[in-house]
Amino acid sequence: MAESPLVLVQRPPTFDFMDELLSRNFPVLTTHHTSSAPLLVFLSRHASSVRAVVSIGRFKIDADFLSHLPSLRLIVCTSVGTDHVDLPECKRRGIAVTNAGEAYSEDVADYAVGLLISFLRRIPAADRYVKSGQWAKCGEFKLGIKLSGKRVGILGLGSIGSLIAKRLEPFGCIISYNSTCQKQSIPYLYYPDVVSLAANNDVIILCCALNDQTRHIVNREVMESLGRNGIIINVGRGGLIDEKEMVKCLVDGVIGGAGLDAFEKEPGVPVELFGLDNVVLSPHSAVATPGSLDNVVQLALANLKAFFSNQPLISPVRLN
Amino acid sequence: MNSYLENELQKRYNLHRFWTCPEKSVFLETHRNSIRAIVGNASAGADAKLIDDLPKLEIISSFSVGLDKIDLGKCKEKGIRVTNTPEVLTEDVADLAIGLILALLRRLCECDRYVRSGKWKYGDFKLTTKFSGKSVGIIGLGRIGAAIAKRAQGFNCPINYYSRTEKPDVGYKYYPTVVELAQNSDILVVACALTDETRHIVNREVIDALGPKGVLINIGRGPHVDEKELVKALTEGRLGGAGLDVFEEEPHVPEELFGLENVVLLPHVASATVETRTAMADLVLGNLEAHFAGKSLLTPVV
Repeated sequence: MAESPLVLVQRPPTFDFMDELLSRNFPVLTTHHTSSAPLLVFLSRHASSVRAVVSIGRFKIDADFLSHLPSLRLIVCTSVGTDHVDLPECKRRGIAVTNAGEAYSEDVADYAVGLLISFLRRIPAADRYVKSGQWAKCGEFKLGIKLSGKRVGILGLGSIGSLIAKRLEPFGCIISYNSTCQKQSIPYLYYPDVVSLAANNDVIILCCALNDQTRHIVNREVMESLGRNGIIINVGRGGLIDEKEMVKCLVDGVIGGAGLDAFEKEPGVPVELFGLDNVVLSPHSAVATPGSLDNVVQLALANLKAFFSNQPLISPVRLN
Repeated sequence: MNSYLENELQKRYNLHRFWTCPEKSVFLETHRNSIRAIVGNASAGADAKLIDDLPKLEIISSFSVGLDKIDLGKCKEKGIRVTNTPEVLTEDVADLAIGLILALLRRLCECDRYVRSGKWKYGDFKLTTKFSGKSVGIIGLGRIGAAIAKRAQGFNCPINYYSRTEKPDVGYKYYPTVVELAQNSDILVVACALTDETRHIVNREVIDALGPKGVLINIGRGPHVDEKELVKALTEGRLGGAGLDVFEEEPHVPEELFGLENVVLLPHVASATVETRTAMADLVLGNLEAHFAGKSLLTPVV
């Protein structure tokens, strides 16, 4: 029985964790074309009945793509970030967009704290020191930096940022933030801009959305404000930081160091970072646990079911 | 030895660096009647024999909170004072315990290596294990154990503990044996003092109870764990993983562990921050100063 596909799944070949569940519930069409031309031809031939797209991975959903899906009314993203989706175009076409909501928040918050402790206490380097036999040969390892009492500024106090704050408080960290939403109910100190956040903190943790307002929000000025003992932890998007400047600042000691899970051109990472001992590097793994994947699968399914039965969406993204 | 401490001791006292003496018995023969104080640390203290060899010994000031290298009974018997460095290192040790858990479960060391080696270009790193919500079982709910519990609670971890006596007001679940604690915890953390009773407190039975999905974190002393059994369990896949800051024969670490990606190994760094080592050194110096001035000791144990 060849039913007209209602759901199009756009994913890289290895990301098949949702296939079974989706095809059990809906007539599904799957594509992993990454380049425009073959994909658009594919869509023209097969996708005229598609009403929802499940977008897994970083493939760009632009106006051209959207124009080849005349029946499309919903895009379900399995990421929290929607910087790869042309949101204004979606709004124009009456297409709703959902994201991963809070499916990943705990894991990302855990990871941010892990990156910070790993940096301050030199955990990856110390592990290498022991496993390469150097402890027995060369004696005591370099001293680290105390976490307790550090001032931590969180950029973006959404779901992830709040969980990070909750985790760092028992460590004796002093939390402050800058965010689009400043609420009276938030118990932390608010800074009106990123430069003053950086000036008044030892650590800044980036967990805000990437959009036109936040691209390169951490620039040279912010890094100079953070200072030579200051630390950046990035569990947001690479584009939040002016990466070229950051590399210079790390190499020249303008900032103290960084723990980075995201980069501007993943999986490309500036090679100058590989030899530095004042960075902890990570291959965009903050969400990568089975628990988080389960969460996002359930959430995607719930959004699709809600959509097809005209119920309110579970994790809609604001389109303006 | 911490260089700030060494320099300060050199300035204030006639300092002998015992670890540099090629013939310790000759040194003791020469100096036995002039030594009034010993400064020890986590790896070197004073056993009964050394105490007996130094008839003028008045005080042992340890650059550590652990006292397992000092014969406390002998000190009590001879009226020798003993001081250590409690509280100033509690936060750093607790921070590192959580750091070890996160580095282990989320494979942070492997991730860092993965990126630096250029492997990321060829594929994503694999899935790792969530920390939030896992049950944490703590052996020893003293200052350090309590600080670890407080931090783990921020990650929504249910807290279990084993202690010599149950503590009624803490709000954590008490288990009367370490085996039961291990059976009921995803993550087992060693945070008690090393004494004759707690040597090898994590033995084969406990390791088996923790099992292939459980992980062990040791920020206590190496001899808390039967290291031979631990290595076997890890290499045979009977234990899920381990984060270890201490070992039975530091700085020697069983090489079978070097190639395991479910093991994080650290060179005894739980109190090793600039701030804390300075605070510890100041306590050692402050205790010695107080003693020789006839004042109350700052952090006496005996």
